Amino acid sequence: MLDIAWQSLRNRWSTALLAVFAIAISVALILTVDQVRRDARTAFVQTVSGTDLVVGARSGAVQLLLYSVFRIGNATNNMSWQSATEIAERREVAWTIPLSLGDSYRGYRVLGTNQGYFTHYRFGRDRQLSLSDGVVFDDLFDVVLGSEVARELEHKLGDQIIIAHGTGSVGLATHDNQPFKVAGILAPTGTPVDRTVHVSLEGIEAVHVDWRNGMQVQGEGTSADVIRDMDLEPSEITAMMVGLKTRGTVFRVQRAINNYRAEPLLAILPGVALQQLWDLVGVAETALLAVSAVVVLAGLINLISVLLSSLAERRREMAILRSAGASPGTIFRLLCLESTLLALAGIVAGFVLHQLTIQLVSAILSTRFGMDLPSHLPGVSELLLCIAILVGAIIAGAIPAWRAYRQSLADGMAQRT
Amino acid sequence: MRQETQETSPTAALINLERVRFSWTAAPSPTIDIKQFRVEAGKRVFLRGPSGSGKTTLLSLVAAVIPPDKGVIEIAGTDLSTLQGAARDRFRADHMGIVFQQFNLLPFLSVAQNVTLPCRFSSARRQRAQADSGSLEAEVCRLLLALKLDAGALLHRPAMSLSVGQQQRVAVARALIGRPPLVIADEPTSALDTDTRDAFLELLFKEIDATGASLLFVSHDKGLAERFDQQLDLPTLNRAETPGADMTLQDR
Repeated sequence: MLDIAWQSLRNRWSTALLAVFAIAISVALILTVDQVRRDARTAFVQTVSGTDLVVGARSGAVQLLLYSVFRIGNATNNMSWQSATEIAERREVAWTIPLSLGDSYRGYRVLGTNQGYFTHYRFGRDRQLSLSDGVVFDDLFDVVLGSEVARELEHKLGDQIIIAHGTGSVGLATHDNQPFKVAGILAPTGTPVDRTVHVSLEGIEAVHVDWRNGMQVQGEGTSADVIRDMDLEPSEITAMMVGLKTRGTVFRVQRAINNYRAEPLLAILPGVALQQLWDLVGVAETALLAVSAVVVLAGLINLISVLLSSLAERRREMAILRSAGASPGTIFRLLCLESTLLALAGIVAGFVLHQLTIQLVSAILSTRFGMDLPSHLPGVSELLLCIAILVGAIIAGAIPAWRAYRQSLADGMAQRT
Repeated sequence: MRQETQETSPTAALINLERVRFSWTAAPSPTIDIKQFRVEAGKRVFLRGPSGSGKTTLLSLVAAVIPPDKGVIEIAGTDLSTLQGAARDRFRADHMGIVFQQFNLLPFLSVAQNVTLPCRFSSARRQRAQADSGSLEAEVCRLLLALKLDAGALLHRPAMSLSVGQQQRVAVARALIGRPPLVIADEPTSALDTDTRDAFLELLFKEIDATGASLLFVSHDKGLAERFDQQLDLPTLNRAETPGADMTLQDR
């Protein structure tokens, strides 16, 4: 029976190939969308890793996450340096990274931080930031660029940049008295770090020496040499990242910070907040998956259409098989076998296409954005999807098979065409 | 030639139809309405009828492809109404070989695969075919050679590459493989020219005689009738209402 089904399909190879192609495309699409969806979730959730708590002035968890990790939006309030120091000195705390935001450079956010950022910040699967060129802040006016900033603005080591006060896109006052020099360029991370201009906390203070209440004081301004001799310890920062000695203490420290008496603070677990944020934006992934499912459905409908349209010209074939002793049930099974063979070929071809696409995308993401996609061995989820599509194809194939069954009963041995 | 009615004992009949009626779903009147029709074992029977007289429908009834609305059809002593579903199809595979007018073969299968097609559905015929020549392929070769076909050259050729005459002979080989007791031929010569037709009939008769099968041969070509043991006129048979006039049978 299998050889008859196979040779019958070979005889109609052009239409069969089209049906296989339609299924392959839809299978590749849904598998790739599913993979990208899962990878995107993983990459998103791992935008920051190894950080136990993110602390800022009291607002919403998602808002704190957005401005501290994604550099989106602004803090409603700052936290004092005093509080930051006290938290850093807690015995449970292993390290802290201060984050000071508010300035920008040609559309990219400027982040004031310290050496701890380059030592302790982790993303992806425990990956550390690394420099593709230069060094981390050596001088007060040194700047370290994220990979995208350097690439898009075509900056190289030694270039001078002037940062702007505020984060809008036009009409910003610039800190043109204190130009920075590009000292280092980070390797791609596939995270918001790539779109960040990093300066030291002291650098942030330095460019604001001549500013009072958000306005630049009129006059010639303080010279860089004078500024270098000044005490540039910040009075406040925007947020801070906290790493603990043991993760077991995270809820205790979180509670202590949330109940901090000196000022209203908020400590969040970044993994939890990232998950919450993903759940908010994750509607798009569901929509994408739904569209892919519709494409698979279209592939299966095409399969039905190909088999149904072939039935008319195959009535002779059915009559010959019946005359040789084939039962209507055999005709039904033969048609089901054909649709299953087509679907199997489509699924295998779709899987191969999906793997090739993923390898290609993976290579591009890795070289261009440094995104470390997980390994792409076939997983349970892909296998289940393939089985679901195969079952769908078998059910779809039963429709023309049933038609052939009825037809072979009705035709008898008349060789209708 | 003499006319006689079929009054022979049911035990001697290979085909026996009693008060059989059949209507296609959309047809206003019955296509088949036969009071009695019998064919004795080992006979070569010519069934004549113009187009639309129900020849193919009668053959479908005899071949157990469609069941009658009323009446009894017995083949080789088996009442077909006692067979249900796949058993009817198995019965057909075991007992009958069928040759159509044209387009007899599955075009995508080889000659050998076409000839052995009934052996896929009938283990009895497969075993007989193997017993006859030692193997299925050897029996296919023997049949093809007996039907004047170059077995060595054609065996694995796709059926669609054969001429119409060659295809008809391959169809006969398929009908004969495994020696079924009944061979049904539905206008098998109408697509052939006169010379090819005569040669085809000669080969068909020779092989039918060799296997001892009965032949029910349907055609509208009156010129062929005299070569058969019995001749039937389907319009007469089909519309007959009174006993004794339900069929016309001519012995040579």
